[in-house]
Amino acid sequence: MAPPTTFRTFRAGWSRVPLIGWLFGALLAVTLERLVGGPLAAAVGLPKIPALFGLDIMLKKPLLIPNAFLYVLLVYGLPMGFATRASIAPANRLAAGLLRLPITVTTFVYIVFLYVIFHVWAEVNDYRALVLKLTLIAIMFTLSLNVINGYMGEFSCSHPGFMALGAYCASVFSLGLFVDTRFFGTALLPPALGPFVFPVALLLGGLLAAAGALIVAVPSFRTRGDYLAIISLAFLFIVKSLIENLEYVRGPRGLSGQPDWANLPTVFLWTVACIWSINNFVTSTIGKALNAVRDNEMAANAMTVDTRRTKMVAFLFAAFWAGIAGGLFAHVLRYVNPGTFGIQSLAEVLAMVYFGGLNSVYGSIVGAVSISLLGEALRPLEIFKWIIIPLLLILVMIYRPTGLIAFKDVDVTALFRPRTGPDEEV
Amino acid sequence: MVIFLQNLVNALQWGSFYALIALGYSMVYSILMLFNFAHGDIFMVGAYIGFGVSVGLIGLAHSGLLPMPHWLILVLTILVSMFLTSFVGMIVERVGYRPLRNAPRASAAITGLMIGIILETGNLILLGARRVSFPSLIETATYDVGGVILTNKKIMIVGVSLLLSLALHQFVRRTKWGMAMRAMAFDSVVVPLMGVPLNTMAALTFAIGSALAAAAGILFGVAYPVLDPYMGIVFGWKAFVAAILGGRGSILGATLAGFLLGFTEIFVAMVFPSTLRDLIAYSIILLILTFRPHGFFGEPYSARLRL
Repeated sequence: MAPPTTFRTFRAGWSRVPLIGWLFGALLAVTLERLVGGPLAAAVGLPKIPALFGLDIMLKKPLLIPNAFLYVLLVYGLPMGFATRASIAPANRLAAGLLRLPITVTTFVYIVFLYVIFHVWAEVNDYRALVLKLTLIAIMFTLSLNVINGYMGEFSCSHPGFMALGAYCASVFSLGLFVDTRFFGTALLPPALGPFVFPVALLLGGLLAAAGALIVAVPSFRTRGDYLAIISLAFLFIVKSLIENLEYVRGPRGLSGQPDWANLPTVFLWTVACIWSINNFVTSTIGKALNAVRDNEMAANAMTVDTRRTKMVAFLFAAFWAGIAGGLFAHVLRYVNPGTFGIQSLAEVLAMVYFGGLNSVYGSIVGAVSISLLGEALRPLEIFKWIIIPLLLILVMIYRPTGLIAFKDVDVTALFRPRTGPDEEV
Repeated sequence: MVIFLQNLVNALQWGSFYALIALGYSMVYSILMLFNFAHGDIFMVGAYIGFGVSVGLIGLAHSGLLPMPHWLILVLTILVSMFLTSFVGMIVERVGYRPLRNAPRASAAITGLMIGIILETGNLILLGARRVSFPSLIETATYDVGGVILTNKKIMIVGVSLLLSLALHQFVRRTKWGMAMRAMAFDSVVVPLMGVPLNTMAALTFAIGSALAAAAGILFGVAYPVLDPYMGIVFGWKAFVAAILGGRGSILGATLAGFLLGFTEIFVAMVFPSTLRDLIAYSIILLILTFRPHGFFGEPYSARLRL
């Protein structure tokens, strides 16, 4: 279905904007908001700067929708539109120049750029920062589940369990060593050391989750499909029940008071590392082996794919990143209890994976971001939110059974290259 | 010994719920090779429909329009709710499963899960967050058999669930529809080409499964007269586990595994603190599936598995 002609000509003007141009535009927009957002919001009749592009006030005060729309247009739409359009030539030259550098340097530049945008955007209020951090964590979590459910084609239900293991391991580590608590005793190390040791806590969490994944990975040698789904589901219940019964980690009351180490740069860096490593993983030989196992295990075996090793590596790898996401989650909310990692959390992350698209890095990012934002936007509807999101997902499943953007990995060279015009192949 | 027997009786009652719900999963699986993840919530809906029907019938009986004894009300409640709930099952099939016949299996699982969430939330919106209590339809009579306490409710629950499983078994074995179901379970690609309508069969299995779930819901309401919108989650997932444990698509297996799950839970709670119930029960299931990956009565993993 081709978009209408007017829309196409409208869009064609921006088809030559490279990624760097969009980043410049976004930076301009967020800087503008940072500088004049408050007065501008007052001028268009909004009580304060809308936190999530106006999504958050849409349902609370429907009368303000035009104002919010106007604000978004003034702050994001118009500056980004003009800046990107005006800077096509220099931006394309810059993109071409950046591409001539070693790809790691180029990527680094883009990532720093992206971080600056996030940082400026999130500085406006704490709610934004929190939503951004949780969304980034959701991206990690979704991506790690997509390795199993999308790339390997199993229906794994154990991911909240891996996340719980990571969250608890990291929390016990940081609470036990760096915080005076009633249940773990006094701090053993000076808290100043904390932020430097935080990666160790997360890695330990990830490793524990990976070790837990052995319980699911080993049976996966002999069985597939529904039985594996049950095994992973049993694993989820076992982990939850185990934590509820462990008085050492305070059972169902949960752990609280985690140190405030998971700030935006930390979460952002871990997310970038996660996307980078998972994207490399799924585009590597072992990623292709994973797809082969999904499509036909016997044929893959005949083609010298070591199916056992492939499955094992995939499970451990996915669980590792789920564990890291859990550790970050615990330190962002600074509270964790076993109830968080139940069926509800499973349904949510499955929704993100299948909404965004199977077998797809972009899809996971899109799914995690859109479901998170939708969840925040629909928050004022309270209970009706849990009718709208499922309905939306059912529609997506019926019309696009593999999700919105399925089968698409990140190719950085294609992403960063200069754009020549509307007719080029994407 | 008396304690053991007493727990055996309790386990039989507890297992009947699982068995009845697991049958629904198993039936749908044998036809579509898919699990109906909304089934636990259909159980919940069935219990609520049962609540509505019984309240209505009691009102009718007390107003003097249609005087009838309470046992008759119970029987009518079970029958009417089974009939009504089967339509819920058919709607779920029509909305969530039929459009996805040729989609990847996992997509249908997701629609099922989402319909489940919609059913829960819808109930919450319609009736509010308060729990409703199921009207007590029969007086509890207690019998003491050598120290073991039996109640008429327990006997009725176990009896009805065994009766329904047996009826289903006979239906599948003896009738033409049952034969079509077995044929479909044997080969779901060729049999539709032989003139057996796949959509009708799928709707029928969903209807039967939902009717059984409704019966389980009412029996649950008779035994534990508190209903809440999320009651289906725990039961649904556990019965799903039982259905897998029994072997996909096996009626006998699902019934036995349902009772087995009930026994495991009750006896674990007898020996260990009851908070460890889920932990130990699921560990046992994990072990069983590790060593017997295709359940008790299921066929081994084969190339036929559509993934």
